[in-house]
Amino acid sequence: MLKYLNILAALVLSATPLMAQSKYGLGRPALPQEVAAWDHDVRPGGIGLPPGSGDVLTGETVFADKCAACHGDFAEGVGNWPKLAGGDGTLANKDPVKTVGSYWPYLSTVWDYVNRSMPFGNAQTITPDEVYAIVAYILYSNYMVDEDFTLSNENFADVEMLNVSGFIMDDRDQAEYAIWRGEPCMSGCKDKVEITMRATVLDVTPDTPSDTTVIEVAATDTPEEAPGTMPEVAAIDPELVAAGAKVYKKCAACHKIGAGAKNGSGPQLNGIIGRLMGSADGFKYSKGFNAAAQEGRHWDDETLGAFLTKPRDFMKGTKMSFGGLKKSEDINAILAYLQSASE
Amino acid sequence: MEDATRSPSRRAFLRGSAVALAGSVTARGAMAQTADPLITELQPWASLTGDGVDATPYGLPIKYEADVIRRNVPWLTADTISSINFTPIHALDGTITPQGCAFERHHSGAIELRKDDYRLMINGLVDQELVFTYADLERFPRENHVYFCECAANTGMEWAGAQLNGAQFTHGMIHNMEYTGVPLRLLLEEAGLTAAGDMADKWVYVEGADASSNGRSIPIEKALDDVLVAFKANGEALRKEHGYPVRLVVPGWEGNMWVKWLRRIEIMDGPVESREETSKYTDVLADGTARKFTWVMDAKSVITAPSPQSPIIHGHGPLVITGLAWSGHGQITRVDVSTDGGVTWQTARLGKQGDTKALTRFYLDTQWTGEEMLLQSRAMDETGYVQPTKHALRAIRGENSVYHNNCIQTWHVNAKGEAENVEVS
Repeated sequence: MLKYLNILAALVLSATPLMAQSKYGLGRPALPQEVAAWDHDVRPGGIGLPPGSGDVLTGETVFADKCAACHGDFAEGVGNWPKLAGGDGTLANKDPVKTVGSYWPYLSTVWDYVNRSMPFGNAQTITPDEVYAIVAYILYSNYMVDEDFTLSNENFADVEMLNVSGFIMDDRDQAEYAIWRGEPCMSGCKDKVEITMRATVLDVTPDTPSDTTVIEVAATDTPEEAPGTMPEVAAIDPELVAAGAKVYKKCAACHKIGAGAKNGSGPQLNGIIGRLMGSADGFKYSKGFNAAAQEGRHWDDETLGAFLTKPRDFMKGTKMSFGGLKKSEDINAILAYLQSASE
Repeated sequence: MEDATRSPSRRAFLRGSAVALAGSVTARGAMAQTADPLITELQPWASLTGDGVDATPYGLPIKYEADVIRRNVPWLTADTISSINFTPIHALDGTITPQGCAFERHHSGAIELRKDDYRLMINGLVDQELVFTYADLERFPRENHVYFCECAANTGMEWAGAQLNGAQFTHGMIHNMEYTGVPLRLLLEEAGLTAAGDMADKWVYVEGADASSNGRSIPIEKALDDVLVAFKANGEALRKEHGYPVRLVVPGWEGNMWVKWLRRIEIMDGPVESREETSKYTDVLADGTARKFTWVMDAKSVITAPSPQSPIIHGHGPLVITGLAWSGHGQITRVDVSTDGGVTWQTARLGKQGDTKALTRFYLDTQWTGEEMLLQSRAMDETGYVQPTKHALRAIRGENSVYHNNCIQTWHVNAKGEAENVEVS
């Protein structure tokens, strides 16, 4: 009994259950629900998959809503964002196109990554059934299943990946190290040397100052503003702007704003409030926005608010696949943010 | 306010170098015709006072060093949130990379995670699944080690030819810091390894807390060897862009495995085959098959100065050629430098014997009289491995590997001292 009390006292004192193998007694046991909350990885053969299912047609809708802004309606990829479909037979080409169809060896990797890491900027918000549907649609986009296909935890292991045998384990110790060891040549190592390629010909290096110039740094003391030299602007509520900056995270993957903002998957948004619709230089707009530009329609708080509430209702055929902001306070916040962040 | 671009010292420095260039080809130059006003005239800094203490409670480099910064290559990636930038290795010396200019690589942006909110879970094939707080980690015995961290894609843009014009861009996906942390072995042992049996074919899956939940599978032999769960770098807390408050350090192995914001470690009986170890960080060979689990970063070196962003501006005479060498297999034992594109080589001087799996600085103290140079460096490590040429690499791998390009780099230096990234026969 005394012994028992001692153990109990030790437990209370250390707040850590004693474990036979524990050397330091640090940490505490992980609860089953904690492990379940974090341990989501899915492995080849579908080990770790939750029960569920999703079909190609459902996947097409979910994909259009949650994925297409970056990956394209047909998983073909927008701009520099990853292509998920196509590329068959290109792996030995000069520029291989590595997609789920042409390259990925395991379907579990697709499910796992979509489930844990997508959509970009809103990860871990998709239900298992939606993940099954998205993965089914990606398979369909790669012509790997028919349009009536339904993917589930039960048939998951039956899907054959096209490039499953396309990988070898690291063999550098055999293929390279064996021949690149030993005393290297020190003189007369080649007959002649010619320059065969120059980086400056390609000219893809970002502009950088060389060491002989010094970049002007911003002065830490702000010059006093001369009254009357600034254009009159309505005071913007900083709290609202801060709230808007948070909401803007939903937009930031596709839309840039501020100094040097360029078009991405969506047009850059500098000066958007007051700007002619469909007018960002170099952006390929939908027919609807091109027509709006022709008609001389401009964005203001009202029209932009309506667009952001239900984009596809406001502008039929818009390329923006974002579903819309439900709360009016989010709309007000983002309008304030767009106003303040514009360059 | 002083104009940084026209600071007296910088202007005088440039004038001085011009004098040296115009004056003669010798180092000492012609006798100065007029006295140097920096010496003969009273300078403001010798008379007026400077900043008091606390002017900058946490100091940044002086404004004259404002060009020593990380830079990215915008066309490489769709968005800076999932992107990489480059350490200004052309402007650094020694071996330790200051955290503030050490390259960043994020998959879903650099998150802000409080120490108080930090949890590390160990689960899977252990005797007792555990959760640690940050404070728990600081109560384990800890170690200090200097290691380089190199992205597998460093120099990846150079496979098909000379592309980016600067050591920062061709070789700057690397940094080298002194880490303080707990050996992963101690944490795994705390959870108990009898459940893992004889360890055969056991893997440790490591995962980050950010939205990308970057996860990689590591063979348990490596996990029990030298992997650190680190919380300090160069003596201070990790920066948020490097995984504050806790990141994994996987010495000698590709940077993607150095999971930031480390939140979960699972012992398994096989690899997860995660996105980052199948669709990415696998090396496509010429015939279209791909190598996977190419973890180790092979021996590599680069001359950091002279280089395209660090031209020779001092005229003829003594020239210090310097650079960095490293190997994921252990210590650098020797670095050779060629000024003629690889026909002849001289063995460089090591700044000091480098630590294992850490950057080693090398110097070749030489004379330059305006001749064109094709500068190359060639590292050797303790296994006897010799850094290969790009031709040798291509002969085995083709041009589509993206990752693990450890070829010998060539800078062409012209008579004016300007350098350019080139490829040679």
